[in-house]
Amino acid sequence: MNNRKFGSPSGIAILCLILLALPPVAVAMGQPYAVTFMARVLIFGLAALSLNLILGFGGLTSLGHAVFIGLGAYAVSLMMQAGASNGFLHLAVLLVVGLLSSLIIGAVALRTSGLAFLMVTLALAQLIYFVGTGLRRFGGDDGFSFRGHADFGGLLTLSNDTSIYYYILFWIMLATVLMYRLLRSRFGLALRATMGNSQRAESIGLPVFRYRLVAFVLSGTFCTIAGGLLAYLTQFVSPAYMHWSRSAELLLMVLIGGMGTLLGPIIGAAALILLEEGLAMLTPHWQAPLGILLVMLVIFARNGISDFRVLFVLAIDRLRAKAKSPAENEAQVGTASRKALP
Amino acid sequence: MSAVIHGYKAQSQRFVEHKAEPTSTLRRQSEALLSVRNLRKSYGGLVATANVDLDVREGEVHAVLGPNGAGKTTLLGQLTGQVRPDAGHVFFDGHDITRLPVHARARKGIGRSFQITSVFPDLSVLENVALAVQVSQGHSFRFWSNAMGAANLREPAQKLLERVGLAQHASMQAGTLSHGQHRQLEIAISLAGRPRLLLLDEPMAGMGSEDSSDMVKLLKSLKGQVSMLLVEHDVEAVFALADRISVLVYGKCIATGTPEEIRGNAAVRVAYLGISEGDA
Repeated sequence: MNNRKFGSPSGIAILCLILLALPPVAVAMGQPYAVTFMARVLIFGLAALSLNLILGFGGLTSLGHAVFIGLGAYAVSLMMQAGASNGFLHLAVLLVVGLLSSLIIGAVALRTSGLAFLMVTLALAQLIYFVGTGLRRFGGDDGFSFRGHADFGGLLTLSNDTSIYYYILFWIMLATVLMYRLLRSRFGLALRATMGNSQRAESIGLPVFRYRLVAFVLSGTFCTIAGGLLAYLTQFVSPAYMHWSRSAELLLMVLIGGMGTLLGPIIGAAALILLEEGLAMLTPHWQAPLGILLVMLVIFARNGISDFRVLFVLAIDRLRAKAKSPAENEAQVGTASRKALP
Repeated sequence: MSAVIHGYKAQSQRFVEHKAEPTSTLRRQSEALLSVRNLRKSYGGLVATANVDLDVREGEVHAVLGPNGAGKTTLLGQLTGQVRPDAGHVFFDGHDITRLPVHARARKGIGRSFQITSVFPDLSVLENVALAVQVSQGHSFRFWSNAMGAANLREPAQKLLERVGLAQHASMQAGTLSHGQHRQLEIAISLAGRPRLLLLDEPMAGMGSEDSSDMVKLLKSLKGQVSMLLVEHDVEAVFALADRISVLVYGKCIATGTPEEIRGNAAVRVAYLGISEGDA
């Protein structure tokens, strides 16, 4: 069944357990940097997950999604600088900023689709980026950093990387569960249909624009929250957060992990950030090998890393088939491989 | 072929002379399910639809016949809402729908199938139909519960698949179906919205003779339950199915009548059926 590509509940549960156990294990092993690193991975994983809603299930390629990360980061940083450190207040403001900005950008950009949609999102995002660089009072190009930690009315203070990590983990888990339900819901069915054939969707009575807009707003709002989380982690914000190349990185994460899969974007975020950091340690010209790797990925694994999983499943099927009688072989391999393909 | 036409003699009694002036046909509006009045559309110097009048009555199969470039697709586009007419009106069930967008017309009860197969390739066959059922039930802004777990989507969708003969392929991805199966799925999707009028754009296009006769059978079985406007090249299929036929040439509707009357019409012979002179 093609529902398989949304990820199995058991797979999600295993991933959650590993992520929950990470901070104590990392500290015990004397690698506290791993917590910060994974926190960053999860933030971009959350953003890529949100982007995948419109890209992988709505068929809309946005080259401006980093702008929501930037807006979220600015919102939190400005509040922190003004001395407003209440996390609930931050969340409320993030939701308002996210909803409004994505509603406006979406309402304009979704008048188009395809390449035009990509260009409009890019243009609008760059517009906001240049507004950011012009904010002299808030550091202009260089951005600004702030001191202090967010607190949740005495319940919780995000005073160290571990607490921030868990707060981020909470958000990405929430987003994953919501996404898992959403993709199977009536809305998800309608959205996936508009991706495959928007003309047909209109002709059965589905107002495509409205469904795309709601998906875009959901996607943009979760990205805005990811931006707020990034500000918590770095205690810093600059217009670079919303530069178009950051949007392109988000697209890459989704492509690497597997477009239209539930967990793919999170895995893609981890892979891209790991690759960037790993290659940067080896050579100052890390972009060159990264580029070559990405080209190879696009050629050999159209569906990103999720393809490798399929290859893995295929290999196991083949081994199993070998153990069975030769007569059954053909049929067994045939059916097993067809099931495994997403 | 003539035997097939005799079978539909009962329906073919109701012949209405094609009327040139729109004013005299306006009063018929209430009788017809779909009325097209004085519809006009041109692309630059090319007049694709030249003051067309057309009526589809409740329950009838009305075929639009015409050579290539006669403006059949443009006419259909104006009925579905994809093409904006320059002038004229389209009435459905007594309401002026000339300015309504595609999705709103669909919700009013106009279903359609496409000339080039148009399904949702990434969804399963069952999901394709279930979605169409879902849309007919109201808005789809429900984000939590599993759509395919809902019996009020699954069951009607399953029934429709049985009806068009695709039940055994329900869980296949729609993109992997054969051409004939795609056409069957198209019809199932179009029927799922319980349309009152079905606009069929060359449903037999690109089909082998076997698939084609299956499709004729399927459409015959729908006769009486849903009105149909059939745009089709396959003259044999049109004469087997249609209660009335309108002939379109260079964007003009040159004749409307029962299959016999169309066969006997001199203007039609010259313009179109001339090619199959020996046949008639």
